[in-house]
Amino acid sequence: MPELTRRRALGAVAGAAAAVAVAGTAAAAARTERTVVSGPSAEPASFDEVFQGRRIQGAPARAGGHHGGGHHGGGHAGGHGGGFSVRIDGEELHVMRNADGTWISVVNHYETYPTPRAVARAAVAELQGAALVPLVTA
Amino acid sequence: MTVRKNQAQLTATEKRRFVDALLELKRNGQYDAFVTTHNAFIMGDTDNGERVGHRSPSFLPWHRRFLLQFERQLQAVDPSVALPYWDWTADRTAASSLWAADFLGGTGRSRDGQVMDGSFAFTSGKWPVSIRVDGRGFLRRDLGAGGRQLPTRADVDSVLAMATYDTPPWNSASDGFRNHLEGWRGVNLHNRVHVWVGGQMATGVSPNDPVFWLHHAFIDKLWAEWQARHPGSTYLPAAGTPNVVDLRETMRPWNDVTPADMLDHTRHYTFDTAA
Repeated sequence: MPELTRRRALGAVAGAAAAVAVAGTAAAAARTERTVVSGPSAEPASFDEVFQGRRIQGAPARAGGHHGGGHHGGGHAGGHGGGFSVRIDGEELHVMRNADGTWISVVNHYETYPTPRAVARAAVAELQGAALVPLVTA
Repeated sequence: MTVRKNQAQLTATEKRRFVDALLELKRNGQYDAFVTTHNAFIMGDTDNGERVGHRSPSFLPWHRRFLLQFERQLQAVDPSVALPYWDWTADRTAASSLWAADFLGGTGRSRDGQVMDGSFAFTSGKWPVSIRVDGRGFLRRDLGAGGRQLPTRADVDSVLAMATYDTPPWNSASDGFRNHLEGWRGVNLHNRVHVWVGGQMATGVSPNDPVFWLHHAFIDKLWAEWQARHPGSTYLPAAGTPNVVDLRETMRPWNDVTPADMLDHTRHYTFDTAA
């Protein structure tokens, strides 16, 4: 096997292993947090931590926050996260709460997570270091 | 009459013409308008508020209308083109011809998920991802990441056996056919396929990946199969439901089409096999 190909192959294996480790961490976080979810009406806990080198924050959204502009065009008011705001390195991560109390975000929109913190951590893994950007809408 | 075929049965010429039509809609800007519309609905549809495109009974007629509009625009480029469907219960690995370089291209490389082959690879210069939620402008996939499995035919049959179209509260917590097909409850069909593909397909801007259309064309076919199995069942709710599109209420963004208008797909297209 040529040297370059071998190095690339090893790099690919290391990358895959890192991805598995990330997924494992997120899954473990999801499992530990599931126990504190008491139901759809429970107010999620605020959080502020550095996860895999990125600052993730979650807190009840301020009145008149980012949803006030109606830039999603949905004709609704008050936001979709049950009034809860999540940020990654200061940028808003659009999150939404499901009827059963689980959460999704715009970067993991077809898979549910037990808490806003779990959805933020999953987003960090999905982003692979990329910055969130405000969505371009018509 | 438009005939929607299983993607696995397409000829090389049919694949090329479909891909070329997609590239033309991308080039002229019409494609990205569909991505924008889809994302606006997926972010705006909520379980306790107004909901039209997702997590609601109109998930199926809304996507049927959305696909029809997209297919008509493809046909304006090339009248021979029809939307193919991807039966992910049969073509269930990354080795499927669906993911070959002459069709949609394969999975992403491990470093950053970037698709590196086929017409939709960023390196081809023809498929910039412009409507996006993060800084990455290239198509990404992670087919079957972490050993995830696509639904089986037995999973599909278990959902097709559900005789009731949808149930209160008409959202992601509902029992019934629609929500089990959508995947918020039970064995999880539609949602699971988005997650299996990964990349943009797992996000609110999922139509950035052309496989979106083939996935939803199969979901649409499963609705037709369900109708054939349950001729005595129909769309619900019938009337008077807050925040939810009833049978004869119009759907945004078109405002001139109702679920009732969308029940019979044979007015618009047929499938290559009996639905």
